[in-house]
Amino acid sequence: MTVRIYVPRDAAAIALGAHEVAAAVANEIVSRGLDASVVRNGSRGMHWLEPLVEVDTPTGRIAYGPVSVADVASLFDADFLNGGSHALALGATEEIPFFARQTRLTFARCGITDPVSLTDYEAHGGLVGLKAAIAMTPSDVVTTVTDSGLRGRGGAGFPTGIKWRTVLDTAGEQKYIVCNADEGDSGTFADRMIMEGDPFVLIEGMAIAGLATEATKGYVYIRSEYPHAIATMEEAIATARAATVLGADVLGSGRAFDIEVRVGAGSYVCGEETSLLNSIEGKRGVVRSKPPLPAHKGLFGMPTVINNVISLASVPVILAEGPAQYQEYGVGRSRGTIPIQLAGNIKHGGLFEAPFGMTLGELVTEIGGGTHSGRPIKAVQVGGPLGAYFPESLFDTPFDYEAFAAKEGLIGHAGVTVFDDTADMLKQARFAMEFCAIESCGKCTPCRIGSTRGVETFDEIAAGADVDEQITLITDLCETMKFGSLCALGGFTPYPVMSVITHFRTDLKPTAAVQKAE
Amino acid sequence: MAEASEIKERTAAIAAEYTHLEGPLMPILHAVQHSFGYVPEESVQVIANAINIARAEVHGTLTFYPDFRREPAGKHVLKLCRAEACQSLGADQIAADIKANLGIDFHETTADGALTLEPIFCLGLCSCAPAAILDESRVIGRIDADKVAALVAEVTS
Repeated sequence: MTVRIYVPRDAAAIALGAHEVAAAVANEIVSRGLDASVVRNGSRGMHWLEPLVEVDTPTGRIAYGPVSVADVASLFDADFLNGGSHALALGATEEIPFFARQTRLTFARCGITDPVSLTDYEAHGGLVGLKAAIAMTPSDVVTTVTDSGLRGRGGAGFPTGIKWRTVLDTAGEQKYIVCNADEGDSGTFADRMIMEGDPFVLIEGMAIAGLATEATKGYVYIRSEYPHAIATMEEAIATARAATVLGADVLGSGRAFDIEVRVGAGSYVCGEETSLLNSIEGKRGVVRSKPPLPAHKGLFGMPTVINNVISLASVPVILAEGPAQYQEYGVGRSRGTIPIQLAGNIKHGGLFEAPFGMTLGELVTEIGGGTHSGRPIKAVQVGGPLGAYFPESLFDTPFDYEAFAAKEGLIGHAGVTVFDDTADMLKQARFAMEFCAIESCGKCTPCRIGSTRGVETFDEIAAGADVDEQITLITDLCETMKFGSLCALGGFTPYPVMSVITHFRTDLKPTAAVQKAE
Repeated sequence: MAEASEIKERTAAIAAEYTHLEGPLMPILHAVQHSFGYVPEESVQVIANAINIARAEVHGTLTFYPDFRREPAGKHVLKLCRAEACQSLGADQIAADIKANLGIDFHETTADGALTLEPIFCLGLCSCAPAAILDESRVIGRIDADKVAALVAEVTS
């Protein structure tokens, strides 16, 4: 029997040499005349072990990693095709503690299947949710999603079912499902991983959304920074269309739904839903005032569901297993699981899907293993460039929308970026303002001008101005930006800025050079 | 560089492939840039005509998005991630070193035209930071001085 050897095609694995390793493995198979084949799977999410090579043995999948090209011949010498022992052997993949502790619902197949094989997808529970949805009325599908407690995973946390209900109840000659795959937050890569590792689950989720709201056209707006995700989605959509999962007659239901990929062009603010709609329409990615809500007047003025990748990718399992099972996971009003992304200066970086409720400390120290540098943790930014920096004293905060809001922070898209004690928090606060200034769409004044004034004020501090005076100014500026901005870019930039003022006040001082000169 | 008439002709042919789409402007701009390496000034009116919008609207969209170039880049383009996860592992220092070695700043091209340096805000490689991308799709994780030196040597040789 042909032995299957898995070498991921995920961009993180490729960035660490997976293409070269896959080629070396294929060469060894040929030169040794072995009966084995290479499958390019998604990533299991243990990125510090990438490229993680797995062998499908009679006793299950055995992992080896991180594998470099130089290791490949020795793996074959060690009979790794039969799970032989080797310095890089990690044992059964699913028994690696980082993996074993997870609850994988949305990422159930990611890293296990061949991402572009629809046969593989179906063999691992794919399309069950879509078939269930086809047998239901649109209203019942929406109710199922509402009952699951699923909230928007893009960051806002708005109940997905309620959004869908609004679109279902709004008349329109053409309705749209738009998937926001403009995952621009630093520290996040869950959308990328699902698009590269299990694209059919997103396609299935979008098709279910289409059936539920009577929308027949879908767009996936993917950022240009994700060339591998774009290619994988394009390939999977073509395959789905050929198998009538998409098209004029979805799985023989008599109902139509199709998807097109649109590519962004380097603008962070296009991750904001109304800018994204403008971008698809070919306009500048400028934020729209709300109301009207996109659910009433969205893409091309038509009723539009706009959801994040993970929100949509979580729908198939909810339809397949029922809302009660999904709802059982989590805490408070944060139901289900959340794919947490451990990033930055962290020892065990990667994707960790778990029910809401684990504490930040458990995530970064137990699961993440502390810093990559081995130095003490100084700060953890949760939720991307618009998220607060948390000090160690807040490590008991549970991962839950409301708990983070209560600590003047946010979960956002669940990116967790760790900084060690060498971090200069004045620099990080200044960067938050600088990033806002670079990425502002320019429509509203607090964001467009406030961000630049913010950068200048931090520069004043660095140059030796009175710190208390400057902090008073920045605090006032943050109030204006928070309550006066049109969207989350200007509105949430105060989170990282104020968190530095609150928790890392002692870092707000003139630079060493200025201090010395005085 | 291509002649103005040739640019217009090629642009018209590219635009024609996308006019059936809803909201065709972004796909057209991407395709034009892919074909020429930038979006030539001569293309703007041709695109506007093809999809029946004002030249000013094409200009507005073209100038909003950082990806679209108004003039050709170097033979290769290296984009260094500047975002927080990469900062946490020293991306700022790496960028400063590369700039010093090449003698160029971000958005500039080496004198021999071999390499353009650009900042980028997040490649989704935040678990293997600092990260960079060379040209269209060659992603590189855990960059350090050695990896960068090897890369620069490869593209400038």
